[in-house]
Amino acid sequence: MTAASGRAVGNSTVATVDWAAFLKDAVIAAMVATLLALPLVGVETYDVGGGALGIRTHFDRVAIAAAAVFAGRLALQIRQRFLRRGESRITAILSRLTAWGNRQALRLTIAGIAFAAALPFLPFSSRYLIDLATTVLIYVMLGWGLNVVVGLAGLLDLGYVAFYAVGAYTFALSARDLGLTFWQALPLSGLVAASFGVILGFPVLRLRGDYLAIVTLGFGEIIRIVLLNWSPVTGGPNGISDIPRPSFFGLPFARSAPEGVTTFHQFFGFEFSPNQRVTYIYFVVLTLALVTNLFTLRLRRLPIGRAWEALREDEVACRALGINPTNVKLSAFGIGAMLGGFAGCFFATRQGFISPESFTFIESATILAIVVLGGMGSQMGVVLAAILLVTLPEFGRAFAEFRMLIFGAAMVAIMVWRPRGLLAHREPSLLLAPRSTRGSWP
Amino acid sequence: MAYFLQQLINGLTLGSIYGLIAIGYTMVYGIIGMINFAHGEIYMIGAFISIIALLVLGLIGVSYVPLALALVLLTTMLFTAIYGWTVERVAYRPLRGSFRLAPLISAIGTSIFLQNYVQILQGARGKPMPPLVQGGFTIFESGGFAVRLSYLQLLIMLVTLALMAGFSTLIATTPLGRAQRACEQDMQMASLLGIDVDRVISMTFVMGAALAAVAGLMVTLYYGVVDFFIGFLAGVKAFTAAVLGGIGSLPGAMLGGILIGLIEAFWSGYFSVDYKDVSVFVVLILVLVFRPTGLLGQPELEKV
Repeated sequence: MTAASGRAVGNSTVATVDWAAFLKDAVIAAMVATLLALPLVGVETYDVGGGALGIRTHFDRVAIAAAAVFAGRLALQIRQRFLRRGESRITAILSRLTAWGNRQALRLTIAGIAFAAALPFLPFSSRYLIDLATTVLIYVMLGWGLNVVVGLAGLLDLGYVAFYAVGAYTFALSARDLGLTFWQALPLSGLVAASFGVILGFPVLRLRGDYLAIVTLGFGEIIRIVLLNWSPVTGGPNGISDIPRPSFFGLPFARSAPEGVTTFHQFFGFEFSPNQRVTYIYFVVLTLALVTNLFTLRLRRLPIGRAWEALREDEVACRALGINPTNVKLSAFGIGAMLGGFAGCFFATRQGFISPESFTFIESATILAIVVLGGMGSQMGVVLAAILLVTLPEFGRAFAEFRMLIFGAAMVAIMVWRPRGLLAHREPSLLLAPRSTRGSWP
Repeated sequence: MAYFLQQLINGLTLGSIYGLIAIGYTMVYGIIGMINFAHGEIYMIGAFISIIALLVLGLIGVSYVPLALALVLLTTMLFTAIYGWTVERVAYRPLRGSFRLAPLISAIGTSIFLQNYVQILQGARGKPMPPLVQGGFTIFESGGFAVRLSYLQLLIMLVTLALMAGFSTLIATTPLGRAQRACEQDMQMASLLGIDVDRVISMTFVMGAALAAVAGLMVTLYYGVVDFFIGFLAGVKAFTAAVLGGIGSLPGAMLGGILIGLIEAFWSGYFSVDYKDVSVFVVLILVLVFRPTGLLGQPELEKV
């Protein structure tokens, strides 16, 4: 009632704010927060030895939580009340940033690639920084791969890590048992992962979106459990170690090579330094990531890419237009899996050691968080989100501990607030008529 | 034969617990058509709250076991229900009318959040709980193998049975139950006829969370150890149970829960413990591929 009268009298809205209602609402929120916090925040269980538990109470923390919720709820109410109709300032800034990014996309891309290529040679760069950048790029690759499935085709895949694992184990096993090198195994990894994607996808892609999500989750777990328990082949929980490193056109990176093999530094006449290998691995993943990006960008322009996006927007219409949804989905699933397999193969060669530990559901959730956070379907958004997600824990222990907590909350907040992604969002490549983009997908 | 019977008893106990969790999935799915991915975490929170309640009661000095159990049951249900209510209010309600995958992604976010929330607050290590209810019957012995039914297993089955009966009555006879059934059939029509749909949905989450809390308490008592990660697997298994029984159907959820419990018990009894979780996932995939409506479910119409 107050809102309506406030709008009617225009600018003199301040007088009609119903403070009592705001306060009541905030008090209720604080009470709920107290009840929520009382058992889990207020009482901490700890081991006292001998298999028994003791408790410590932290009622101060409960009070802090209640006060924070009270203040937060009040601030939110007041903000909503005084917000002009339309976008808030932060949303407006983000939208403008996105629009600017889209206009300058080419320049930004070139600048980004140039920066990434120059990174190892910049004065402030270090082995640690290059390692971190390599990790970021692995996640960028995975994000781009999953983006094909989730962002373009609109299929929620919660078991993406399975294909990553398949790629990694394909290389590790083929190196151990067949003696393949990284470059020989790379296409094989992609192929095997893609086959897994098609084999899984074939029976289940007829399912509705949320069923598919759960089935893919189950598939991810099956792969992990099999890797864990099939010890004679996969090494079980101990994993596989001594995975060969990639060589530079047959020149290995090592201080000294066995008889008859020239190493990289001998061939080019450099002084040996362990940084050379790290830098080389960084360039390998950078190349792989760029190829992935180019590949997916080109796919989008093909009929199959158009079909993915159309299917995401309206499956029934697609069927009416003669698109076979199963085949289209299957291709997205297979290609996404293949890209995951490439990333896995690289992961194996970079770590030199893999075990089922690296392929848990949390990993799938992290990759999904990158895609969601970046804006589903957006290539640039994935890069920004991957940088954010990988570097956040490096800022300190507190961030490392709270990383997944923050990402869980961020996934909810983004769905509520900006469902197309925080950092960027991408329209369908083709649209018949311009339409409103605010809020949810049509 | 004796071994078979023992596995049957174990499976029924486990199945009761899965069934209680599965009801939460099936009711939410029936009404708003989303998979509440965070439901497994609600169950995990229920287990933690039950441990904390037991410890607090122990400090206060309530030592009469039936009284302590009854009190713990009530407090756990109450506090966990508040978690269920809050999750719906914060993570799902603002998303009504958003695009198809939005609630599911939000639910995954909630699930990650709650897991880490409990891990940070209570620590990552398993929480041991000494057995409260001990003893049992020996049903019969054959060939040196005794078939045992412990009091705890009996208690779990009886409580599940009682809750199921009470719950079915609630759905079948009370105004709230009627409103829930109306919303399940046609939410828009129900709101036109004066049903507060938001409230009905909230109550559905509250009931689901309360039942999951009971499951959490039982698992604490049955296994004697709880950690922050138990919600994930239990959630997937209970969801499988809901799908197997036919999602949206209450008796289906219970039936599915018991079947999943039995499958798991017999699989680990006769084949391999290592792959017992795989058996459940395989069942899930097979059911979804060959009979997506489940055993007791209604075929779903696709609306444009």
